[in-house]
Amino acid sequence: MHYSAWSLFWQGLKGNTDWKPAWREPQPKGRYDVIIVGGGGHGLAAAYYLSSVYGITNVAVIEKGWIGSGNAGRNTTIIRSNYLLPGNEPFYELSMKLWEGLEQDFNFNAMVSQRGVLNLCHTDGQRDAYARRGNAMLMAGADAVLLDPVGVRRMCPFLDFDNARFPIKGGLWQKRGGTARHDAVVWGYARGADSRGVDIIQNCEVTGFVMENGVCKGVETSRGTIMAGKVGVSVAGSSGRVMAGAGMRLPIESHVLQAFVSEGLKPIIPGVVTYGAGHFYISQSDKGGLVFGGDIDGYNSYAQRGNLPVVEDVCESGMALVPMIGRARLLRMWGGVMDMSMDGSPIIDKTPVDGLYFNGGWCYGGFKATPASGYCFAHLLATDVPHPTATAYRLDRFRTGAVIDEKGAGAQPNLH
Amino acid sequence: MIINHPLLGPRDAQEFTYFGDASLINRPDWQAEDAAELFYEYLHVRDNPAGEHRELWYHEHGDRSWLVVTRNTLTHEISKVEIARDVALTRRHGQ
Ligand SMILES: Cc1cc2nc3c(=O)[nH]c(=O)nc-3n(C[C@H](O)[C@H](O)[C@H](O)COP(=O)(O)OP(=O)(O)OC[C@H]3O[C@@H](n4cnc5c(N)ncnc54)[C@H](O)[C@@H]3O)c2cc1C
Repeated sequence: MHYSAWSLFWQGLKGNTDWKPAWREPQPKGRYDVIIVGGGGHGLAAAYYLSSVYGITNVAVIEKGWIGSGNAGRNTTIIRSNYLLPGNEPFYELSMKLWEGLEQDFNFNAMVSQRGVLNLCHTDGQRDAYARRGNAMLMAGADAVLLDPVGVRRMCPFLDFDNARFPIKGGLWQKRGGTARHDAVVWGYARGADSRGVDIIQNCEVTGFVMENGVCKGVETSRGTIMAGKVGVSVAGSSGRVMAGAGMRLPIESHVLQAFVSEGLKPIIPGVVTYGAGHFYISQSDKGGLVFGGDIDGYNSYAQRGNLPVVEDVCESGMALVPMIGRARLLRMWGGVMDMSMDGSPIIDKTPVDGLYFNGGWCYGGFKATPASGYCFAHLLATDVPHPTATAYRLDRFRTGAVIDEKGAGAQPNLH
Repeated sequence: MIINHPLLGPRDAQEFTYFGDASLINRPDWQAEDAAELFYEYLHVRDNPAGEHRELWYHEHGDRSWLVVTRNTLTHEISKVEIARDVALTRRHGQ
């Protein structure tokens, strides 16, 4: 069923009795051309682009819980393409362009809202670094504006500009950045893929791989064996666990990241604002809640909940930057398990096992990448060649030394 | 989380910084034939288990000792805390 103003109106007249489920609940078939493990944003986007762009429709997405129950449904929904390194920026700009056309493309309201992303700087050195980053963004076809303190004050008068320790010296503004509705992104891709013939199989956990002579021929699941021409793993925080089933150790650690939402307030935060002196970022949802977060907890974790020291740290940073939020009450907080890679950048690649492909290492920035990650993974699965914007995301780059380390922090996942 | 320091007793995890998998104690031999491969594995590749994990914590805001903490990554429960130096010495003598 095509969604439109007319379909809304017509259903309204009929008392909303005729809506169909947005995707089917199929039984798994015995064999597919491609199986995607993981029904998060990335897995569903890969299935969507496989079926819509690359014409491969005999595809299953296998999800252990319900789709979007992982990080896709837990993140703070910021989208942006403000990276520095040549291995990253063209990829994230492809993602930004896909976000801009996404809702028309998959006929679903993903509430993509380009309300701007502002990264604040607090020292002259930091401003120089932002000027450099802004130039790198412009060269990759993205947009960037370097704001002086007056420009920032016009946009966000509520910040603590004259803080004695960390005064605000300006900011790097990406006007096309913003937020999108995370659940709707999952549902939109699921519906689009399903309508092109993709089977979305929920409550089905992949427990291992079918290997024949060193070639991956399918997956073992809690609902039986399913064979496949190719298997693509896209399980974010569970990457280590799932790939261990193929005897693989990864350049990835799993860490927990927390997020917070306040009670609903009148509109006060215009876009996304990030602190340059501590790890803190904030935006306001359409319902009015202040959505904010900061650092990962910093130790290996598969528990989808964090500890109190980081709560304190995030709230302190928030108070230092936006003192007025001290008046708001916290409504909810939660955690998700991040696939932190050794250089802070992702992996979209074949693996040493024929027939097995891997997508992961998204750290805490994979939501913005959802469209391009799905697109590039689909490209790789369909053609066996990396997409031109994702050629740097090799699995063996840690062996060859071609790492993509935006922060220059080295092989220390809790510092990325 | 509370880390039960073998010398100082129960301490708040906030006093520590986290380094990573305790295998980082076993620095490979830089003169080995396959040193490049060994260091690639040492530096970049991890078991990353869901469950029991032996890991290095540094008591930065305390006695500055390195500890090997055995912790469950699914529940955050800590089952064992050792002084890293003891672990390293035991391993060397065991060899
Ligand atoms: C608190 C928080 C805030 C964040 N904020 C942002 C942000 O503002 N901007 C941004 O760009 N990114 C953000 N991220 C990161 C982003 O959410 C992730 O990088 C991204 O969602 C990961 O891709 P995914 O959607 O495919 O992952 P997921 O939704 O986690 O998908 C993986 C799926 O695989 C399934 N799975 C796991 N094991 C198996 C198995 N054995 N068999 C079958 N299925 C399995 C899981 O159930 C899960 O549904 C944030 C993350 C968190 C936790």
